[in-house]
Amino acid sequence: MNYYLLSLIKTAIVVGIFMHVLAYLQWIERKVIAHVQLRVGPRRVGPHGLLQPLADVIKLVTKEDILPSHVNKVFYFMAPFIAVTFALIAISVIPFGPVITVGGVRTAMQLTDLNIGVLFIFGISGLGVYGVALAGWASNNKYALMGGLRSSAQMISYELPMALALAAPLLILNTLSLREIVNGQEGFYFGFIPRWGIFQMPFPQIFSFILFLIAGFAETNRVPFDLPEAENELVAGFHVEYASMKFASFFMAEYANMVTVSCIATLLFLGGWHPIFPEKYGSGLIPVAIFAASAALCFFHAANPARPFDKITLPVFGVLFLGAAGLFLLPPVQFILLPLFWFSAKVLIILFVFIWVRATLPRFRYDQLMRFAWTFMFPVALINLFITALLVALFP
Amino acid sequence: MDALLFMIFAAIAVICGINLVVQTHPISSALSLVGVMGALAALYLLLGGEFIAAAQLVVYAGAIMVLFVFVIMLLNAGTEKKMTVRPLGKYLGAPFLLLFLGMIAYVIQRILPGSSPVVFGAFQGGTALEIGRSLFTVYLLPFEVTSVLILIAILGAIVLARKEVD
Amino acid sequence: MPLGPLPAAVPPSWYLTLSAILFALGVLGFLLRRNIITVFMSIELMLNAVNLSFITFSYVLKRNDGHIFSFFVMVVAAAEAAVGLAIILTVFKNRQTLEIDEVSTLKN
Repeated sequence: MNYYLLSLIKTAIVVGIFMHVLAYLQWIERKVIAHVQLRVGPRRVGPHGLLQPLADVIKLVTKEDILPSHVNKVFYFMAPFIAVTFALIAISVIPFGPVITVGGVRTAMQLTDLNIGVLFIFGISGLGVYGVALAGWASNNKYALMGGLRSSAQMISYELPMALALAAPLLILNTLSLREIVNGQEGFYFGFIPRWGIFQMPFPQIFSFILFLIAGFAETNRVPFDLPEAENELVAGFHVEYASMKFASFFMAEYANMVTVSCIATLLFLGGWHPIFPEKYGSGLIPVAIFAASAALCFFHAANPARPFDKITLPVFGVLFLGAAGLFLLPPVQFILLPLFWFSAKVLIILFVFIWVRATLPRFRYDQLMRFAWTFMFPVALINLFITALLVALFP
Repeated sequence: MDALLFMIFAAIAVICGINLVVQTHPISSALSLVGVMGALAALYLLLGGEFIAAAQLVVYAGAIMVLFVFVIMLLNAGTEKKMTVRPLGKYLGAPFLLLFLGMIAYVIQRILPGSSPVVFGAFQGGTALEIGRSLFTVYLLPFEVTSVLILIAILGAIVLARKEVD
Repeated sequence: MPLGPLPAAVPPSWYLTLSAILFALGVLGFLLRRNIITVFMSIELMLNAVNLSFITFSYVLKRNDGHIFSFFVMVVAAAEAAVGLAIILTVFKNRQTLEIDEVSTLKN
């Protein structure tokens, strides 16, 4: 097929799925935080609040778009645009699965495989700082400016430990292209330990993984590092003067950054789309087991439901989960669905960790945050890189 | 296709460069410079320098220019007063500049007469592998000296910009 | 300059001409502007134009030494930007102005 037409189709699929993931990530976050805090979360709009993101989108689109008179108009309009553009571009180099053949067309499950994929992601996150800084500046408001400057200073301070934490597995895997990185994590040690980044000899990259995740929390302005945008601190920080769609753009940019960080962590440390134990021991049945267990749980709770309308919605979900379980048993689609399942499962686990930390930890004060970056994370990342380099040089 | 890409990114670079010189507020100039650097990164990709293009985005556009933007925002400089250019400079300077640039373009075209056109993918030596190999074997001494230079720059910046403790 | 219908790819002399144009714009900004930071940014524009020349010649001669030089230019520009901006901050603290005409204390 024509290369441009194929790329267009792949882009449409990836963008469509990505937008839905961003919307429902907010639903997952609200539900998880609610259940951690022993309450229920959104439950009125649609069954179990599943249409809540749609209601939020309608609300944000139809709200009055205020343009304050004292702002610098060019930068005021440019800032959310820059933030969203650079947050969404990063998805174009992330591979979701191996090279597949669908209907005679052989293509990789990735929009484009750059030779310098990891450096591209660094460049894009570095450029994403401009959206935040300009938003703070354009609002012509002390609190917004301080929030914007603090947030940008935090983002560039944590870029350094993040880059050093990523340099360590790159030394072992020896390539910058994201597809080659995942291909280097194929196979199993002793037949059952997966060769993921965190288990790779000569030096298992557990410290790099933890450092990368902590730096990822700070890069995306998430708790415990979200002082610059907390609602009860700097009056919501750099986006205080933004209304409706522009405000929604900043939130979409934040969730997109979260998804990008989770995807990079999965690709470099958790083995991308490779299963946790070999296919011949039956790892192809794990998604079937998970979906069948969810269906059983739905049917069990549908027998004596907590709320009256659950008599209808829970069996429907149970049937949907059984359908999904059956889908994973069909050989024609298994080679597409299984890698996608493993990749999505790992990304969702890391996103769950993001949300779990938000529900649990208090936030850092700004000077504690900066001191943590420069006096703890940076030396630890350096020592980690040094040990990795030493071991790679001694045992090639 | 390569010619079209060159035209687009060259036009962006020149327009952002003119914007840099013409704008009154320093922050508009800073963002125009970021635009120039982005366009130049795309041109480096066309010339086969993929590592340098990525380094341009990460180091120049993503760190140095952020530093500039921070300093401009912190100092809150404001727009500068209008510059009084003498009429001789305005009406004689611009034609001379264009004439000079035309001469340079002609001389350059004479120096490299029959070179093959720039095709994306023709030069394969700009990958991270090749650059790393050159950097750590042939150019090892400048590499180490540059690291000392950066250390000196860090010390200098810290000493100059710290608060005086009375 | 090849005139007529647009070729499918441009010769490298066009890249060098673009580098000359950007360098000239940098010199214009350096000479005409009065804000210290804008002058500094014009210097960065000149350095970028030189980088483009290096990479173009590296393509023509089919060696990657131009890329290495360009890399070192970037590193030196980073160090220079850090120290230069620290100096600008100090000047602003002492003189409360960023115009280069007002910070000269040498007599004519």
